[in-house]
Amino acid sequence: MEQIVALLIGALVAGAVYLMLSRSIVRFLLGLVLISNAANLVIFAAGGLTLGAPPLVPEGAEAPPALVANALPQALVLTAIVIGFGLFAFALALVYRTYTEIGTTDSDELRLAEPVDDKAMSKILVTEPQPRVAEPLKAAE
Amino acid sequence: MSWILATPIAIPFLTAVAAYLLRDKPAAGWISVAGAALLLVASGALMSAVLADGVIAGQMGTWPAPFGITLVADLLSAVMVVITAITALAVAVYALGDVNAAQERMGYHALFQVLIAGVTGAFLTGDLFNLYVWFEVMLISSFGLLVLGGTKEQLDGGIKYVALNLVSTILFLSGIGLLYGMTGTLNMADLAVTVPELENQGLVTVVAMIFMIAFGMKAAVFPLFFWLPASYHTPAFSVSAVFAGLLTKVGVYALIRMFTLVFNGDVGYTHTVLLWVAGFTMVTGVLGAAAQQDFRKILSFHIVSQIGYMILGLALFTPLAIVGAVFYLVHHIIVKANLFLVSGVASRLTGSTELGRIGGLYASAPFLAILFLIPAFSLAGFPPLSGFWAKYVVVKASLDAEAWILAAAALVVGALTIYSMTKIWAEAFWKPHPDGRLPALSSIPVRDRAFLIAPIAALAVLTCVIGLAPEPFVQFAERSAEQLLDPSSYVATVLGPDALPGEEVARMEGMP
Repeated sequence: MEQIVALLIGALVAGAVYLMLSRSIVRFLLGLVLISNAANLVIFAAGGLTLGAPPLVPEGAEAPPALVANALPQALVLTAIVIGFGLFAFALALVYRTYTEIGTTDSDELRLAEPVDDKAMSKILVTEPQPRVAEPLKAAE
Repeated sequence: MSWILATPIAIPFLTAVAAYLLRDKPAAGWISVAGAALLLVASGALMSAVLADGVIAGQMGTWPAPFGITLVADLLSAVMVVITAITALAVAVYALGDVNAAQERMGYHALFQVLIAGVTGAFLTGDLFNLYVWFEVMLISSFGLLVLGGTKEQLDGGIKYVALNLVSTILFLSGIGLLYGMTGTLNMADLAVTVPELENQGLVTVVAMIFMIAFGMKAAVFPLFFWLPASYHTPAFSVSAVFAGLLTKVGVYALIRMFTLVFNGDVGYTHTVLLWVAGFTMVTGVLGAAAQQDFRKILSFHIVSQIGYMILGLALFTPLAIVGAVFYLVHHIIVKANLFLVSGVASRLTGSTELGRIGGLYASAPFLAILFLIPAFSLAGFPPLSGFWAKYVVVKASLDAEAWILAAAALVVGALTIYSMTKIWAEAFWKPHPDGRLPALSSIPVRDRAFLIAPIAALAVLTCVIGLAPEPFVQFAERSAEQLLDPSSYVATVLGPDALPGEEVARMEGMP
């Protein structure tokens, strides 16, 4: 059981790293989702996997039976999922807003906060959505 | 005893709720100031309790440790909470003059208070998973503050900040999972007892490195600091001041806590890595600053460079070096937040933070020039200001440990810091304004002027006080370093005296 989960974690991390090395921020975010789920599975697997023994006290008994799953890693994973979901929602909104404002999701073109030189700045200015009337006016001159 | 530990976390949260409900009214800013003042009182009470009783611990919900969430305050935690409260109060007052109505409506004050709650929570928790939760509280509110207003630069910087911090968070979470798998506990005091007893110490070192990368990213050490200079110069000035003062220091605090309390088994490996990291952090930070031509960008790179000194103190791992690290933490929060506040006033007077486009501040606003000189010289390490003593202790410790290269690096970095500070001085203060403007302080409305200048002056006075009377602060740092290097009282307070291994108990009983 552990081996299968370990392989799954490995596959998730590999896919995540591949996506996160991309220049597109959207792909990066998808990679982030994969790797955060891999981290959740790490907690789950490292906490010990117990098959078919839910941590419940049977009716009428005072304590759970001797062999039950550890509920704590599950609680940790649940907390991590909720937090991760919130952060991801924020990140998605941020990327969408960046796309509408700056007009790109290519991380190489995001140089507004750290301009390299004038050439790079002008490249960004060109990629911004330009008003359409500008071109014909120029042609008329 | 637990209420005294919980109030520094509860006060900012309650203030945040009140400030959010009244976000359309001018009262919100004042609520934020009042909350920060209350926090200062609460943190003072906590500090006096810790000074009187030593380490104090409280079990939340009265679940006994290590099953419930424990809040612990030793001297380091207590002083970090006090300094957080001081910074929060200064920035809350500054925000009254700095933050505009639109930002207030979007919930600036509420986000700010939640950020402070996250910071104090991270300093006070004694549970690793709870630390993760406080990191997230801090992170999500800092995301909000960073992009508040939504200019293009902010969005650009925000993307980098969010992306890299989320990666760090995931590493932290994986480290927690692996550590729990090995020990079955996440209570830090309990970890301090169980981790040395593990058979597979090699695996412990691997997990320690995961934590080092995760916390190192938060602390902005080399080579994990790239998110910081990409984003810290973009938000409102009060936001970047509180970020610069507090956020990276939470990472440094977490490193100090984990690498003195839990991961102290293989010091020869982990702390040697930290040593190299510290050296490269100092040098790359200061060289990055030398290449910049913007007030806030220079200061951002200097955060990185100064973090190196604190990590150097931790990495040397001698009593004197830890004293230096603690002293440096306290000094740096005050000085760095103050420099960012000054940059805000300078920008307001001259119209920009780009050094090529501003000037004339010395001639027309000499008082601001003095208020800049004090923290700037303190940052560079001029006697008799606080930075001199902080650098002196760290350099002395590295000379004692015969780390010649690092001692030399620390001194050279100090000299290069002067280069950056004189660059700001020459460009922003000495040379005339390129447009011929005369940026006098009187051009700011009286109300705003008081709110902007008062916190800067107060923090500058504090820098001078630490610099002129360093004795009590160094003594305090010595006591704190003693506690950090001998965690037995920390462990005994959290878990009860029975939790210590046999010889530790015998040693504790032998103590007067």
